[in-house]
Amino acid sequence: MHYNYRDIFWNGFWRQNTGLAQLLGMCPILAVSTSFVNGVSLALATTLVMAMSNAAVAALRNLIPYEIRIPVFILIIAALVTMLDLAMNAWLHELYTVLGIFVPLIVTNCIVLARVEAYAAKNPPLPSAVDGAAMGVGLMLVLAILGGAREIIGSGTLFAGIEMLIPGARAIQVLPQDYPGFLFAILPPGAFIALACLIAAKNWYEARQKAATTLSGPGCAPASHGH
Amino acid sequence: MNEHATPELPPAAPEPGPLRLSLSTAAVMAVFTLVFTGLMAGTYQATHTRIEASAEAEKLRLINEVLPPARYDNALLRDVVRLDAAPELGLPKGASVWRARRAGEPVALVMEAVAPDGYAGSIRLVLAVLHDGSLGGVRVVEHKETPGLGDYIDPLKDKVRDHPWIAQFTGLSPARVALARWAVRKDGGDIAYRAGATISARAVTQAVARAARFAQAERDRLYQ
Repeated sequence: MHYNYRDIFWNGFWRQNTGLAQLLGMCPILAVSTSFVNGVSLALATTLVMAMSNAAVAALRNLIPYEIRIPVFILIIAALVTMLDLAMNAWLHELYTVLGIFVPLIVTNCIVLARVEAYAAKNPPLPSAVDGAAMGVGLMLVLAILGGAREIIGSGTLFAGIEMLIPGARAIQVLPQDYPGFLFAILPPGAFIALACLIAAKNWYEARQKAATTLSGPGCAPASHGH
Repeated sequence: MNEHATPELPPAAPEPGPLRLSLSTAAVMAVFTLVFTGLMAGTYQATHTRIEASAEAEKLRLINEVLPPARYDNALLRDVVRLDAAPELGLPKGASVWRARRAGEPVALVMEAVAPDGYAGSIRLVLAVLHDGSLGGVRVVEHKETPGLGDYIDPLKDKVRDHPWIAQFTGLSPARVALARWAVRKDGGDIAYRAGATISARAVTQAVARAARFAQAERDRLYQ
């Protein structure tokens, strides 16, 4: 069977975007997207875990009895995350001090189990790893925009805390120094409202694309991937 | 959910009996559990010495912020006394106090303290109390104060980079400012706070004052 990797990537990055279409893993998305750096850090850790767990499950998929696949998947994901957590703590300690708090959080993220069950259990390791990574990158897009917007509106800065990821880099003061801050954007309700705006924007954009392709004839219409 | 591959049905082999099926799946589950527990145990064995070393380095880095390493010459993390319950520090039994010494003479006590009454839960601090009762410095280790409002107690989040709020504790001495005045100005003390978030500053200040009193009262016992 031939795998179209570009299609797999586009599926994870846009069509079935974790944050905007599947709406899975909302808990970390809403809790962590208080700033750009936080959001991107969580997405980085998630991308790594999803690519790893998808590849591992795909490699073992023919050994897992259908009846007990869910407990085995959870076992594999939890073990991998534990090992990643220990390995990062030991050998990538600098990165661990930034991403460390997010890694155990990922086990609770249902998107990991969802992709393992929906994709990796039926496909070979390489396409599965690409699928997991693409889902993670799609999540990064959402978290970067969400975190960036909430940070600018909430505290008037962008990239606060970047020096933990890139030594020497500095946060940017976007709004004037005397900007009083808008706490609402940083508190949980701000996350819901910002996410709703993003989802609305994606749906609006897609509806417009669809209208355009319908007008220009069915010849170039992409295959439908609706729900 | 729309997927690329259609779900594969379980192989159409002759249906095994319920007992055989449960035994075989249980065996497979047990094998998976054993293999992955083994992998995790192996990873732990391979990493735990490095992890302990970096946790210690992390702790030392924090301690260095409240007490410059040039001030003492002993192996600080080894020179530790474990306390019984210390309500003054907000800590349960087993809290650690590290003793800094120079040429055998006591220099400072480095201790952890907890302010239980932050705006959003407890605030964990580490502070150094010098031998004369003055403060070497205070740092917030962990807190959940409101971002952008109460989190200025952490110098990394404090917008005033040159004079972070927490720096006013550095060098604060009971000889110059009586311990009774170690409180925020709103409570009749000498400690400044930022408008809009008094509770965070008050919680930290009170915890620091309690710890300083504790260190003064128990000094001789703690250095032994």
